[in-house]
Amino acid sequence: MNTRTKLIHSGKDRDPYTGASSIPIYQTSTFAQPDPEHPGPYDYARSGNPTREALEHSMALLEGGTHGFAFSSGMAATSSVLLLFKPGDHLVVGQDIYGGTYRVLTGLFKQWKLDVTFADSTDPESIRKAITPATRALFVETPTNPLLHITDLRAMVKIAREHTLLAITDNTFMTPYLQRPLELGFDIVVHSATKFLGGHSDLIAGVTVTREETVGHHLRAIQNAFGAILGPQDSWLVQRGIKTLGVRMDAQQKTAGTLATWLSGHPAVGAVHYPGLKNHPGRDIHESQASGSGAVISFELRGRPEVLKLLKQTQLTLPAVSLGGVESILSYPAMMSHAAMPRPERLARGITDGLVRLSVGLEAADDLIADLDSALTVTTK
Amino acid sequence: MKTNLSTLLAQAGNRKDPKTGAISVPIYQTASFGHAGLGQSTGFDYSRTSNPTRLVLEETLAAADGGAKGFAFSSGLAAIDAVLHLFHSGDRIVVTEDLYGGTFRLFEHVFRPLGLDALYVDTSNLQAVQKALQLPGVKGIFIETPTNPLLKIANIRAISSWARAQNILTIVDNTFLTPVFQKPLELGADIAVYSATKYLSGHNDVVAGAVVVRTAELAERIGFFQNAIGSILGPQDSWLVIRGLKTLPLRLQKQQENALQIAIWLSSHPHVKLVHFPGLPNHPGRNILDREQIGFGSMISFEIDSTTRVPEILSGVKVFLFAESLGGVESLITYPAVQTHADVDLATRNRLGINDRLLRLSVGIEDVNDLIHDLETVL
Repeated sequence: MNTRTKLIHSGKDRDPYTGASSIPIYQTSTFAQPDPEHPGPYDYARSGNPTREALEHSMALLEGGTHGFAFSSGMAATSSVLLLFKPGDHLVVGQDIYGGTYRVLTGLFKQWKLDVTFADSTDPESIRKAITPATRALFVETPTNPLLHITDLRAMVKIAREHTLLAITDNTFMTPYLQRPLELGFDIVVHSATKFLGGHSDLIAGVTVTREETVGHHLRAIQNAFGAILGPQDSWLVQRGIKTLGVRMDAQQKTAGTLATWLSGHPAVGAVHYPGLKNHPGRDIHESQASGSGAVISFELRGRPEVLKLLKQTQLTLPAVSLGGVESILSYPAMMSHAAMPRPERLARGITDGLVRLSVGLEAADDLIADLDSALTVTTK
Repeated sequence: MKTNLSTLLAQAGNRKDPKTGAISVPIYQTASFGHAGLGQSTGFDYSRTSNPTRLVLEETLAAADGGAKGFAFSSGLAAIDAVLHLFHSGDRIVVTEDLYGGTFRLFEHVFRPLGLDALYVDTSNLQAVQKALQLPGVKGIFIETPTNPLLKIANIRAISSWARAQNILTIVDNTFLTPVFQKPLELGADIAVYSATKYLSGHNDVVAGAVVVRTAELAERIGFFQNAIGSILGPQDSWLVIRGLKTLPLRLQKQQENALQIAIWLSSHPHVKLVHFPGLPNHPGRNILDREQIGFGSMISFEIDSTTRVPEILSGVKVFLFAESLGGVESLITYPAVQTHADVDLATRNRLGINDRLLRLSVGIEDVNDLIHDLETVL
């Protein structure tokens, strides 16, 4: 079945009892049992809720995995995956990983003796060199946040196989509509479903999908034991968002392509990072593993004063944290998504004081260009 | 003026929407908050970090328990998980031995592999607790009181004062009594945790958890964990817990009245061997309860004379629902050995008294005569 169709018909999103075309929101904590010898399919909503399960099933189907899991946030999804490891285990993590992932690794899992080496995931050799006998997993993103660097997913799988490592990737920017890492051999995909999957900036949610039964069972035990589950209302909203993921993504990336080209020619703008641009260094690799360029662009202004002016002047793009919604959002990584990272480390990763990230929404491209143009013109004054 | 708990809870979320005057706090179904300009935050940036609906719940919980700050999580276990991140690999923690099976699983299957060593003791036995607190490496004590399912009572005041003298954190799971009947922080504990799924929301319609901490320093650390781990409660569920809190004192009073009558009735039933209910005059923890707590709750567990009777009781009840969970307006009957405590090994269960003749009741607000009649029919 085509992905576009799977987005609409995932198989478990109808109500068998009434025939309702949308799964009911099961706002319940527990399920009555017929008798102890014949337990029902659901017992306690932390362990399983039909609304959440519809979403989990849908995500497993879309990513081509065995199990899907919905969590209370993208970070809860990532934290649950990190609970697969033990004290003394070592992870190799892409150096321009999301700031929240960096924070939980260095600020929380470090105390549980989980060792991490950050390495440049655009360079497979740098990843390979970081591996030690204690390494258990690779954790990478592509395109990365916020610089849109491309990681060669097939090369990562090859390295992981050679060293018997779990290959984990954050697929938030692409979604399974554009990129399916499990099909390339990755073991676990994590998502902030707050972003493109939910797509309306109206919920916080996370998802993981596993390629194999064993990892799936382990993660199911963790989801139930740790309990960072997604509530029924938010599960239903993500499922609702997924139905328009294809049309949203098509439109958003079309506009993003137009904007990236236009920004590249703007006198107030320095480098533009977008995998769809001809001069993007990772473009060939990206096209070999994804079917689109996505809707996130980052670009450089001269420095912090210019960024401040831009954020103040734009009328249409919303200055805010987050991305992936129907509304365009401008954010400033140095002070928002990567605020948790010390400045020298941030600069070493290329996240300068002049870097701006633009998540392109569903507004008309002409309106966005006009808005950005007038705001950017002010920054040069 | 110090506001009484009923007043505080009845008005939770009022005066929070100056724009429209809405009496009930809006459900802020949003991921992110726009900024007027850089550095000009409204106080809300991203809902994982803070959401206005969740904040009303968190402030209400903090006020109800007299703590510095409250935090709402996606489940009771997620709340306990956040608290356990205060510890490090190599630390030890003393834990009530007959605690909720899910908490036991969290200690054994999530935190033991990370290097946190849980030592199980009978926390209703003060000598045993005192001895355990002397062991090297102990950094915390996690108490459930009354315990689940045996309703044993721990002396929070005595335990927390010993613990404090040794720089050991006292954490109390206050799910069964709630601040209406017991305020652990006022008794000296550092942290209260809750499955808010139970009495706090009270309608068996939400899965949620809560943490309330005594000091600003603990608030800062738990706040960091909540944001970093991201196991937060969504806005819809936060709103439902707030809604539940408004009737918490009323519900608990009625549930307790019903439970007392049922416990007395069960105590004289020929097929019932043993009744555990802290409100009964002969309950071993009764003197601590009378001194430290305002009420004894509405959880009962009881042993029947024969295992063979269990299936017909569970499938025969018409008013009680046979389901896992507790604390709702509807009465539930649970079979701890196969449901809530299935993750505790058989030897431990038998030693503790969680045997296959033990049934647990969560008494709701139905008419007590209907509840007794229902039990009478199946027993």
